[in-house]
Amino acid sequence: MLLYFLCLVLFSIGIFCILRKRNLIKIIIGIIIAEYAVHLFFALVGYRAEGRSPIFTPSENIFNMVDPLPQALVLTAIVIGLAVTAMMVAIAIRIYDKYGTFDITKIRKLHG
Amino acid sequence: MILYILLIIMIIGAIAAVQMQDLISAVIAVGAVGLALSIAFLVLKAPDLAITQLVVEILCLIILIRATLKKDLPFSTSGRWFFNTLVVAVFTVTFLGIGYYCLKDLPVFGQPIMKVANIYLETGLSKTGASNLVAAVILDFRAYDTLGEATILFTAVIGVIAIMRRVGRKKVGEEVEEDE
Amino acid sequence: MNNKKEAAVPDPNKGMTIIVKTITRLTVGLILLYGIYILSHGHVSPGGGFAGGVIVALSFIHIMLAFGKDVALKKLSMRAASFFESLGALLFLLIAVIGFTGGSFFLNFFADKGEPFKLFSAGIIPLCNIAISLKVGAGLFSIFVILVMLKFTVDGKKGN
Repeated sequence: MLLYFLCLVLFSIGIFCILRKRNLIKIIIGIIIAEYAVHLFFALVGYRAEGRSPIFTPSENIFNMVDPLPQALVLTAIVIGLAVTAMMVAIAIRIYDKYGTFDITKIRKLHG
Repeated sequence: MILYILLIIMIIGAIAAVQMQDLISAVIAVGAVGLALSIAFLVLKAPDLAITQLVVEILCLIILIRATLKKDLPFSTSGRWFFNTLVVAVFTVTFLGIGYYCLKDLPVFGQPIMKVANIYLETGLSKTGASNLVAAVILDFRAYDTLGEATILFTAVIGVIAIMRRVGRKKVGEEVEEDE
Repeated sequence: MNNKKEAAVPDPNKGMTIIVKTITRLTVGLILLYGIYILSHGHVSPGGGFAGGVIVALSFIHIMLAFGKDVALKKLSMRAASFFESLGALLFLLIAVIGFTGGSFFLNFFADKGEPFKLFSAGIIPLCNIAISLKVGAGLFSIFVILVMLKFTVDGKKGN
């Protein structure tokens, strides 16, 4: 329970960064932090106490494996997060090229 | 116990990344958060996620550093600084409070429900022949998800190429340097 | 632009210092080999197509960071990267469609799935791992190349 709450604190730090900061790179950093919190939350939900990794070994039978389904979902989500981050960075670089700043309040002035 | 320590390290790193003044330091702090997350995955018995998170974090860090290099800008603190911060802080605290009550309905940490995963655990080895059950889930039981992921990755690559291309945006006297 | 680069020794003025270049020359092959190991053993040990693909992409990015853009693009040009990415996507889709011969999408169509815990086992899963690692590696490498190329042109324009 407290672990879940600490994970939620991490998520809300990301939300705070997205809502408050004006720098585009800081907004991307906030999105990355919120994404990490979601990934960690999935892995926490699937954990079983005293569990083993979901990998069979030929020598022994294992009955207390952790849940493999959230791990499989997060595994695809990590790579998607990297691709989306690269795309956001591309948009930020293009905005810097056009306006000469990362500040979103100055971008609104449309002097291109 | 080690999970609490790792989560507190991650929260400290995240606060440092949010509040740091220059962008390079903020990006390095994000790297610290990601590497602590990799160790947390290892503690949570997910070695696949730990390896993937480690290598993805390194590549993400390289991309962010290439974006922020030589572009360090001072922060503008003009405008309604107090009002904006107050509104966002009130929203965040309200979100945390509501989330705290919602989290009570989840199963207790360490005792997952595992209705779907029991079938995978029992019949995974005999049906697919793969001893790594995560690989069996993402490539055999739920391979349709992976097909969608490949589509998203393809779309992201096409989007980056379309955003970054120089064709059609060339100004006078500027050399075009493109291989695509 | 590339025709003046045919010499085996790269331009010493591009890229980082001699220490970084020497260490890169020693380690980059090992990194590529580790990536291939991770992706080919994805069904019997931790790893898989995603992590292996990213490690393979990182080995080429390592060359690019140490030696500069031209040397890395001579190893794997943009045309080859886009070819490998399309090949990975089509291979993955082909494996999915072949399953229709047995009745459903993504069917594990090998009758003999092999002995478990061996390298050649688990039916279509190693083939899918290879396809996904081709797609992820080539895609991330081309994303990085495009970001870096634009950054160079912007710096040149701002410097004038």
